[in-house]
Amino acid sequence: MADERRTDYGPPHYEKFLPPIIKENYGKWKYHELLKPGVMVHVSESGAKLFTVRAGSPRLMSVDKIRMYADLADKYCGGYLRFTSRHNVEFLLTEQSNIDPLIDDLKKIGHPVGGIANSISAIVHTQGWIHCHSAATDASGVVKAVMDDLYEYFTETKLPGKLRIALACCLNMCGAVHCSDIAILGIHRRPPKVDHENLYKMCEIPNVSASCPTAAIRPATVDGKASVEVDEDRCMFCANCFTVCPAMPLADPLNDGVSIWVGGKVSNARHEPMFSKLAIPFLPNNPPRWPEVTSAIRKLVELWASNARKYERMGEWIERIGWPKFFQMSGIEFQKEHIDDFKHAGLTFKRSTHLTF
Amino acid sequence: MADALPKTPMLDELEKGGWPSFVTEIKLAAEKNPMGKDLLGLLERSYKEKIGHWKHGGIVGVMGYGGGVIGRYNDLPEEYPNISHFHTMRINQPAGWFYTSEALRGICDIWEKRGSGLTNMHGSTGDIILLGTSTDQLEPTFQDLAKIDFDIGGSGSDVRTPSCCCGMARCEWACYDTMAACYDFTMTYQDELHRPAFPYKFKFKFSGCPNDCVASIARSDMSIIGTWRDEIQIDKDAVKEYADSGMDIDSDVVGNCPGKCMAWDGKELKINDKFCVHCMHCINAMPKALRPGKDRGATILIGSKAPIVEGALLSSVLIPFIKMEPPYQEIKDLVDKMWDLWCEEGKNRERIGEFIQRIGLGNFLDEIEVDPIPEMVAHPRENPYVFYEDYYEDEDEDDEEGDDE
Ligand code: SF4
Ligand code: SF4
Ligand code: SF4
Ligand code: SF4
Repeated sequence: MADERRTDYGPPHYEKFLPPIIKENYGKWKYHELLKPGVMVHVSESGAKLFTVRAGSPRLMSVDKIRMYADLADKYCGGYLRFTSRHNVEFLLTEQSNIDPLIDDLKKIGHPVGGIANSISAIVHTQGWIHCHSAATDASGVVKAVMDDLYEYFTETKLPGKLRIALACCLNMCGAVHCSDIAILGIHRRPPKVDHENLYKMCEIPNVSASCPTAAIRPATVDGKASVEVDEDRCMFCANCFTVCPAMPLADPLNDGVSIWVGGKVSNARHEPMFSKLAIPFLPNNPPRWPEVTSAIRKLVELWASNARKYERMGEWIERIGWPKFFQMSGIEFQKEHIDDFKHAGLTFKRSTHLTF
Repeated sequence: MADALPKTPMLDELEKGGWPSFVTEIKLAAEKNPMGKDLLGLLERSYKEKIGHWKHGGIVGVMGYGGGVIGRYNDLPEEYPNISHFHTMRINQPAGWFYTSEALRGICDIWEKRGSGLTNMHGSTGDIILLGTSTDQLEPTFQDLAKIDFDIGGSGSDVRTPSCCCGMARCEWACYDTMAACYDFTMTYQDELHRPAFPYKFKFKFSGCPNDCVASIARSDMSIIGTWRDEIQIDKDAVKEYADSGMDIDSDVVGNCPGKCMAWDGKELKINDKFCVHCMHCINAMPKALRPGKDRGATILIGSKAPIVEGALLSSVLIPFIKMEPPYQEIKDLVDKMWDLWCEEGKNRERIGEFIQRIGLGNFLDEIEVDPIPEMVAHPRENPYVFYEDYYEDEDEDDEEGDDE
């Protein structure tokens, strides 16, 4: 008899993958220190030391690259490694003398070491043109171009505090984009082009109308076919309609691009978590290297780096100096798009005379 | 060479520069697999045309599972036949993303044989993403993965694959065992994870302390964030060492304390723990001298999400402090109550955070039988449009007076 088909057995238990030093010191770590960029040591109550070497990765990886990581883990770490929530790979060593040879080997396969403490960690990002239907920009390409440009801030720790960048290629935001120091967000700027020929075959019309947060979509008969029409003045290009109905495409090479958001954070350290706020409403898609995006981001990073106090995250710095100063110092033009007009917009208006000049 | 890679002048530009290149990765895969070749060709075309070429997914999957596979087809199948189907499989990662080289090689061997050989380590929710295969390979891939004990993750309107920080495995600040809790919840909710039956997705994320390394407060319907409720542990000698080594404790530490509850007189660091808001700053700044207290547990917050549909939300406090001990029954009972209510009354594609906004947090608390407390709000309401629920009738008073008779 064939075995019964297994389902719902869940992920393998993590204990199988923990190196002996971690098992022995689980919950007993006392403190950690940065030894140099991308390298830290955790010291246990018992005195045991665990060295971590963090390397950046492109997130999209071939099995061959993963095998290279596995080989390095065998060579230096007894076969143990992990990944971080920001797509970095971490090698877990017990021998301090293995750190430099490992770093050299990582360099040979093109992987920089860094991303810990006052640096830029790898960019959390999404699928883009490689694999998603709703992308308004590519993900991996923009990230690669931006990280090439900010490379030194990954491999060194010369920033006042942490800087977390994230990218999402549409408003679905698969990634913590909305609470990042700098967020790159793919945007559409043209209302859906309704495919009246096919809509009734592919989509449930009541669902399509109900999907729109601004009630811009109404059922309509077009050329004798049941379809919908869009009140274009009410469309804010969220693509909710497209998510439920493929006959409502928004992607459009002439109008798609990215917006840049700043000042969000997730950690509770000092200031409470904050959403990112709109800095630049639109930059064009300019593949393969998105020069407008990379230069805008470098300017923002450098402006913050040269003005923030120690520990101050982007949002904490801007809150201290005030948004008018931020716009003045960054040279970014303040436009109508910067003023919120969705729900509770009034809460974002300035409601005091606390102004700087 | 008949099998030469397509010409990709634009993508080739992205092999330059210091950061590791995804294009190089796709080329590595393309040497062995025609899917990679077509992916290069299609992506180059997207770069030229500035538009994607992927269509909405159809319903594809493996037997007995309602989620975990994202169907994907390109809109130019004649020109790129090897990726005419290019489905993604989400594989539930081990808690904390720890691996052995052996486990990783196992996954690589399967995916080289069954799919494109391309992955994401990891997807945004935390799963191992196996990027691209054809419909007929889905079930065999799953069967192969089952042999090395990897199971499918969540997608659609179900419990999404829970994730956690490395917690006690490698962090001195973990206030509870995040990996144990993440694994336990993942196993408890296998059915809800694999068979979508909710109004929309539901995410759990476990962070060991308020630094929140897995962004649970921004990205999970239930955020479980470690904290403590007694005094921060102070090692006086270590504080002195920081001071002696030139740290400006007054401005770097005391001056940044949001609770304004620290004092430094040049010799002794004092913390009035009653007013500490457990932000972690001082501990982050002086890891050798300060540590979270000993009475540790977690804060449970609820409702965060990205903008779709009604706007982005951060999670808000539901339980200020709870001990995190297996089997976490109190939390699971609460989860059951919330899901019952949300499944009954939530609208299609309405996350629980939006549901709470719609019905009101007060009403939500009534329904799940949790008492309102001031920790749940930034401040009490400012608007006087209060839905008072009880009022007296004239007769009520008459009755009272009539009691004398
Ligand atoms: S952010 Fe949007 S386009 Fe990008 S992967 Fe997610 S759903 Fe797709
Ligand atoms: S894109 Fe959004 S706002 Fe515009 S019609 Fe579609 S659902 Fe409505
Ligand atoms: S969330 Fe806290 S406990 Fe978890 S890894 Fe980050 S700092 Fe450590
Ligand atoms: S944890 Fe934060 S609030 Fe508490 S004493 Fe330290 S700096 Fe102040």
